Amino acid sequence: MIAAFGAILRRDLRLGLRRGGDSLQPVLFFVLALALFPLGVGPAPEVLARIGVGVVWVLALLAVMLSLDRLYQGDAEDGSLELLAQGVLPLELVALAKCLAHWLTSGLVLVLASPLLALLMQLPAEAQGVLALALLVGTPTLTLVGGIAAALLIGARRSSVLLALLVLPLYIPILIFGVGAVEGEVMGLSGRPQLLILAAMLLAALALAPFATAAALRLALE
Amino acid sequence: MRGGRQVFAGLSFALAPGDVLVLRGPNGSGKSSLLRLLAGFLPPGAGQIAWADERVALDPAAHRARLHYVGHTDAVKGPLTARENLTFAAALSGAPASAAAAGLDGFDLMPLAEVPARYLSAGQKRRLALARLLAIPRPLWLLDEPGVGLDAANRGRLERALAEHRAGGGIAVLATHGDVAVEDALTLDLGLMEPGP
Repeated sequence: MIAAFGAILRRDLRLGLRRGGDSLQPVLFFVLALALFPLGVGPAPEVLARIGVGVVWVLALLAVMLSLDRLYQGDAEDGSLELLAQGVLPLELVALAKCLAHWLTSGLVLVLASPLLALLMQLPAEAQGVLALALLVGTPTLTLVGGIAAALLIGARRSSVLLALLVLPLYIPILIFGVGAVEGEVMGLSGRPQLLILAAMLLAALALAPFATAAALRLALE
Repeated sequence: MRGGRQVFAGLSFALAPGDVLVLRGPNGSGKSSLLRLLAGFLPPGAGQIAWADERVALDPAAHRARLHYVGHTDAVKGPLTARENLTFAAALSGAPASAAAAGLDGFDLMPLAEVPARYLSAGQKRRLALARLLAIPRPLWLLDEPGVGLDAANRGRLERALAEHRAGGGIAVLATHGDVAVEDALTLDLGLMEPGP
């Protein structure tokens, strides 16, 4: 079972790499869109620092969501979904492996890029660490929750728009606490409570999302 | 039931080890639906499917892990090479990576093993899908028009693979329009079935 889990993970990462950095496009979108803000609102540090954290988080939601609609669609179209369902791995763990591969190529890259983003948005130095930490705890939840919607929308036309309508409302708590953690830290309060709430949401998503996703995948197989 | 429409009713059959059932019937008579029912992807509208007297609906995942379903789509990923595609399928079913070689060999894909699958023709992709049958030994084969796109030599390989599978006590159900010949196979003509009330 561990071998099968690893095989799915390796295959998805390899597919992402071989498609000419297909999977990195959302992250490039994120960095480019962020770079537009200093140009749009002016480079005044106080303005940027005020809106910076919120902008980083909103764009992180969008970047993760952009890459979600292909998470299961490709497998459903070429029959790989049937193949995955015939393996020894339960569909719940298949979903988890695919989410992990998705997060490694989206959320984790955002975490690694966050010092650069903080610099672009003129965030104070003490915000950098907590921003990276909040993204590290928050972005896996984005992938897991979005994965449910992606599985539900297999076969739907114009699924990327529908996906946004379904998923963005669910992302609101993560946005609020993600921004709250960084702002708390900057204002000299601790960002710890918000980080703990983000961690709690991640644990709940880890426990529940694979079951919901597997149920949606079974529907898609019918 | 498919799309709210009853496709067939009053169907009952049992297969013993070594049996091959050939499904016939015009387009839309429910050959593919029956195969997906047998694979446990679709729940039957009424009635039940059993493997060795145990109902499939009780543990569909365990049932799917003992069968090969090869449908119209080949489940082949273009960016991966033929060997990587097959190794992945083997790892998924807990078979060793070395199993891929047997499958590649059986359908004469060794010369194409390191070619990314997107450069393969439709027939070659189909052979790659069928190579899974040989790479991963499983007792039940469900094949939906396996002969489509295959040349005569490779239809022969498929027929030989089917014969060996039967000799080993395997069961196969295939939907075909007659391009794959199987000796003394049972035949079920869904075109003759009365559509239910």
